[in-house]
Amino acid sequence: MDILQILLSESFWAASLRIATPLIFGVLGALLCEKTGVLNLGIEGIFAAGAMAGWMAVWLGAGLWGGVLVAALAGAFFGLIHAILTVPLGLSQHVSGLGVTMFATSVSYFTYRTALPNVSSPPRIEPFQPLDVPLLSDLPFLGPVLFQQTALTWLAILMVGLVWYVLNRTPLGVALQAVGDNPDSVDAQGLSVYGLRIGAVVAGSALMALGGAFLTMSAFDAFFFGMVNGRGWVCIALVIFASWKPGKALLGALLFGAFDALQVRLQTEVGALLPGQVFLMAPYILSIIALVVAARKADYPRALLTPWFKGQR
Amino acid sequence: MNGLTKRFGSVVANNAVDLTLHRGEVLALLGENGAGKTTLMNMLFGHYMPDEGTVDVADDAGALHPLMLGHPQAALAAGIGMVHQHFTLAENLNALDNIVLGSEPLRMLKRDRVGARAKIARIMEHTGLQAQLDVPVGKMSVGERQRVEILKALYRDVRILVLDEPTAVLTPQEADTLFDSIVAMTREGLSVIFISHKLREVLAFSHRIAVLRHGEKVGEIATDEADERVIARMMVGADTPETPRSELPPGAPVLQLKNLSVAGRSKRDSLEDVTLTVHQHEILGIAGVSGNGQSALAGVISGLNQPTGGTLTVDETAIANPTPRKMIHAGVGRIPEDRHHDGIVGAMSVAENMVIERLDEPGVQANGLLKRDAIRANADRLAADYDVRGPGVTARARLLSGGNIQKLILARVFEQNPKLILANQPTRGLDMGAAAEVARRLLEARTRGAGIVLISEDLDEVLSLADRIMVIHDGALIEANSRDREHIGLMMAGELT
Repeated sequence: MDILQILLSESFWAASLRIATPLIFGVLGALLCEKTGVLNLGIEGIFAAGAMAGWMAVWLGAGLWGGVLVAALAGAFFGLIHAILTVPLGLSQHVSGLGVTMFATSVSYFTYRTALPNVSSPPRIEPFQPLDVPLLSDLPFLGPVLFQQTALTWLAILMVGLVWYVLNRTPLGVALQAVGDNPDSVDAQGLSVYGLRIGAVVAGSALMALGGAFLTMSAFDAFFFGMVNGRGWVCIALVIFASWKPGKALLGALLFGAFDALQVRLQTEVGALLPGQVFLMAPYILSIIALVVAARKADYPRALLTPWFKGQR
Repeated sequence: MNGLTKRFGSVVANNAVDLTLHRGEVLALLGENGAGKTTLMNMLFGHYMPDEGTVDVADDAGALHPLMLGHPQAALAAGIGMVHQHFTLAENLNALDNIVLGSEPLRMLKRDRVGARAKIARIMEHTGLQAQLDVPVGKMSVGERQRVEILKALYRDVRILVLDEPTAVLTPQEADTLFDSIVAMTREGLSVIFISHKLREVLAFSHRIAVLRHGEKVGEIATDEADERVIARMMVGADTPETPRSELPPGAPVLQLKNLSVAGRSKRDSLEDVTLTVHQHEILGIAGVSGNGQSALAGVISGLNQPTGGTLTVDETAIANPTPRKMIHAGVGRIPEDRHHDGIVGAMSVAENMVIERLDEPGVQANGLLKRDAIRANADRLAADYDVRGPGVTARARLLSGGNIQKLILARVFEQNPKLILANQPTRGLDMGAAAEVARRLLEARTRGAGIVLISEDLDEVLSLADRIMVIHDGALIEANSRDREHIGLMMAGELT
């Protein structure tokens, strides 16, 4: 059958991993924020900021890794705004997050338009090329799927391990997990609730921005308006699907990538039978179903959405 | 501690309090609710910044150094540990992580779990405080959480240990064991300040007693020279009247539960095969450590929980599928455990809250419209009768203090002359005066002929008020055949059936 052929093809799996990459960054970033008790709905805008900042740095002459760094800094900047509003000031995390999304998106578009007022077709940069690992890239099947991805995909997978290690194997990670469950526990041990939360939101936002940078510096080679296209919101859902665990976050991002890769291929196969929009919807509908199943057992950080103030006990 | 003052807005929580603690001493800090005990200790530990005053802490050599205030980090460094009344534990982490949290520098790339385990094992052996290190705290019993909280303080090599109501959630045996280990530790130079409401343990385990009233220290006394009467007078500023109780023969049954079961979401809010009878003129005391099914029992009697098996009979009428409305109409008066949350609608006025259980009655409404004047008159009368003080009956109920909210609820319940009263933790968090008032009203209702189910975690309260005592443990109810503290304590721990 056709579906079987698709599932067995190298290009399908390679595409799944490619589509999953920005989501891996995004879901890890959101996970890090939420693990300490701060929901970061700025993610959609931070994606756009990362995409624009990374691309523009390279277009202005920075190296590709320089662009990645600039993207991360842009994300950290918008994360810091969200962190200051929600952590020491204790404002509504929903309102602040949505505000950051609108602000970051608009600033990105504005900067792009100001720098390039008269361009009709977006200028291109030389993006990341697939890493050609000697020998491994020549393996049948696995070679093209795993070893012809760009460096950013590898960085994303590396980050999964790193975030897991920090959360579970370092004193910092224990403190981060504690502050998301009961901030008083951290305060009573002489650690700074504000410091931990602000740090996690800033670092998480930098990770989100890398997801945006992947779009302009690896998946495509230019910046378009509207290119983030809801990926940030998908990440927010995937965090719940992953029950705030980095390993499951990777799995969730890969599943979504696979759905998306599958729908593109099905569209060409059986596109005559159903309108194209049905296929475009499919990954989102399947994520909602997966979420409904997973969310019941999800392990919410107890202090999520709850501001904490020093000296109020 | 010299002249510590803390104000919250215009409220003075502590006014120029001086306190001295000697090496190896156990100091009990006593006072009614709101007397400022916890605030004082929170200033010592750096949670609050005092408005005035200083604290000096001795180092190992005995020289006094001023403590930087407002920083828990500084207090920990000076050797002060605090065991909070509301546990400061992260439930998603295991005991080991909770104990070690904050003791290792955050920049470390690895954790020394082996070393930490060895050190905790030494402390456990030394003090006799045991806890499972690898179990998430969220899955532990309150008693075990309490031990983890104490181990956490001791892990930091404290020389001064502050315990804020350490035994509130423990069985009498657990409490005694805890104090035995604390007394043992003081022989090696540990100094302890503990806050308690239980005069019995204060007299048994402290060396010295300091009493706070309205934020000021009103007295200090060596424990040898104190007795309950003296302390109570210092705390309240006057003698508290003993409530007289008369011997009354029990009348007809007003509540019968037969083989009743409730399947809650967890063991903590389930009941298993419970059978009990409450008669007229009778107070049935339900003793037990919190989280053993009290909430399920209260839920069924107030109509909030559906039984999954067995029968519920109020005043000879079997009630199938109980709802709050059915129970109210059957003559059940309910004093809920969480009076702020379940007892009142905070945004509505005191007067409205007083009639909220009988909005369908002709005295309160006509043709679907509230009789505002009648409601107001009713409230004025009840507020006077039950001494509900506050900003007036038209003010929002949430503006009342805890004690006055409880009086509002008492007025609402007792005014209906209920046949059965469910009193769930009716005096928790109340000061001695308000608690005595609750006890007096309950005894009055008993005399009038009501049957009362008194659920309380305070064994002394159960012993002083109840005609019969049952112990709840793990969702099962067992009649206590003895009024001996030891005996009931063992039953509460599930060690005697």
